[in-house]
Amino acid sequence: MKKEVRFEKMNEKELKNKLEKIKDKLTKIEQTSEKRIFLYCESENSHSVNKYLFEEVPLRFVIETGIDSVDYFEILYHYACDDTGWVVTLKTFIRDHEKPSIESIAPFLPGAEWTEREIHDELGIEFKGHPNMRRLILSDDWPEGVYPLRKEVPK
Amino acid sequence: MKKTVNLHKPVLAVGPFHPLQEEMEYFKLTVDGEIVTDIDVRISYNHRGMEGISETLQFDQVPYLVSRICGICSASHPLAYVQAVEEICGIKPPERALYVRTIINEMERLHSHILWAGLAGHFIGYDTVFMWAWKYREPILDLLEEITGNRNNYGNVRVGGCREDIQEELKPKILDEMDKLEKKIEMLTKAVLDDPILHMRLKGVGILSKEDGIRYAITGPTARGSGIDIDVRRDDPYAAYGELDWKVITAPEGDVFAKVVVRLLEVLESIKMIRQAVKKLPKGPITTEVKEIPPGEGCGRAEAPRGETFHYIRSDGGNRPVRHKMRAPSYVNVPSFKASCIGQHIADVTITLAAVDPCYSCTERLAVVDGHHNIVHDYDALLKMSRDKTARLKKELGLRELKMKDFEIE
Repeated sequence: MKKEVRFEKMNEKELKNKLEKIKDKLTKIEQTSEKRIFLYCESENSHSVNKYLFEEVPLRFVIETGIDSVDYFEILYHYACDDTGWVVTLKTFIRDHEKPSIESIAPFLPGAEWTEREIHDELGIEFKGHPNMRRLILSDDWPEGVYPLRKEVPK
Repeated sequence: MKKTVNLHKPVLAVGPFHPLQEEMEYFKLTVDGEIVTDIDVRISYNHRGMEGISETLQFDQVPYLVSRICGICSASHPLAYVQAVEEICGIKPPERALYVRTIINEMERLHSHILWAGLAGHFIGYDTVFMWAWKYREPILDLLEEITGNRNNYGNVRVGGCREDIQEELKPKILDEMDKLEKKIEMLTKAVLDDPILHMRLKGVGILSKEDGIRYAITGPTARGSGIDIDVRRDDPYAAYGELDWKVITAPEGDVFAKVVVRLLEVLESIKMIRQAVKKLPKGPITTEVKEIPPGEGCGRAEAPRGETFHYIRSDGGNRPVRHKMRAPSYVNVPSFKASCIGQHIADVTITLAAVDPCYSCTERLAVVDGHHNIVHDYDALLKMSRDKTARLKKELGLRELKMKDFEIE
């Protein structure tokens, strides 16, 4: 089968070099184990970093994880690099715990549409520019303003 | 069953739910005559809040929770989870445990793919395929029961190794069953690849292009059938996959037929892998002692029959995960219908939906509303349309419909 440009093999060094290029938008780069790397950034840079990771590197989008860390929220964008077997995770911090919001990546990455709707249901984070911000997992009669994965909700 | 309704837009409703399989979905298809023009999906009719429950369980209890995410993928979810936790601890399970994990996971893929082949046959009116395939699947479930004690929900992995070992006396039986299965699957594969009706019925139907596939982040046989060459088993080798000789099957066409071919050939690859793993099975213990889980975060992934399973774990040093994110492959594969169903005929929708291997049972509640005549068709009517199309193609090819009297012996 003919290989297209998009899946041209990339080695670990090239991947690291490509990640280094966006260093000024990140606050930290941390390699936690042999094939796992975490990039840290603030929420205002998340859209451009995500666009770079998905379109320029390019990496395969896996999923987003939303976490309530009591004082702030974290959104983790997990990407897979299938040439090297690495998982690149972009960790974004939303400092405003009262009215959390972040720019949506669904307009250029439709695969993220569902997971952003799910995070909105679970944690109440607003995704700006999302094409379809309806409920995904909560039922229609679930009360407004109660977000089941927030830490203040008793388990 | 026919009744009249008043609707402004012609809408085809698939769903909402049928609590038999792992996912319930409701597809609202807007149709213009026979052609689908738009699709809207609703899920979570049976949301179980597992990410929340996981935060209340101890690390060694979670594998039994996540194996219940899906009855069919009940080996790959716990495997992805324990790999994430093992990454946090920095431990490597014993060699033998890695091989046992590989064998269980490949058996899971065998029975899942064969089940799918049977159902796909059923949807287009090939009930013989359905009955054969399900019969072939049965010995694998029996083997899994002999190894783990359960036909499904094996609960066989734990952090640091496995719970049940593969007994030495079982090895010849596994090899024997693999030989038998290989012959049957080869016969089935040839029958499918040679059948002119199946070619006409499935080729060019429900095409998902490579570009759309990447944008929707699809994985597994759905991706490989669209020419996206990915497989976690090869790209990020876990368990014993790095030590076995096998190849990743891809097909560039992206239609339903390509997905059938990929799955059937993958079954043959899995048989090869199980055979090698059983022969190479190293001696030794199957588990290591894990005392405590340090603070940290880990990502575990495994190639489930339907695609990549991904688990993210964060630990604060306590005995429970503070966050556990689970992603099943259908979660990204299902939204790709938006790209593959639009422009299709209604008669092809059942098989296009089935080609992704989501929840089949949804289609049992299929109903069609035709905007021009305001007639509601139920599931049986749609199934009949799908089968009639197959019969029509047969007639056009000059093939005769077999009757019972053809089988009578004089």
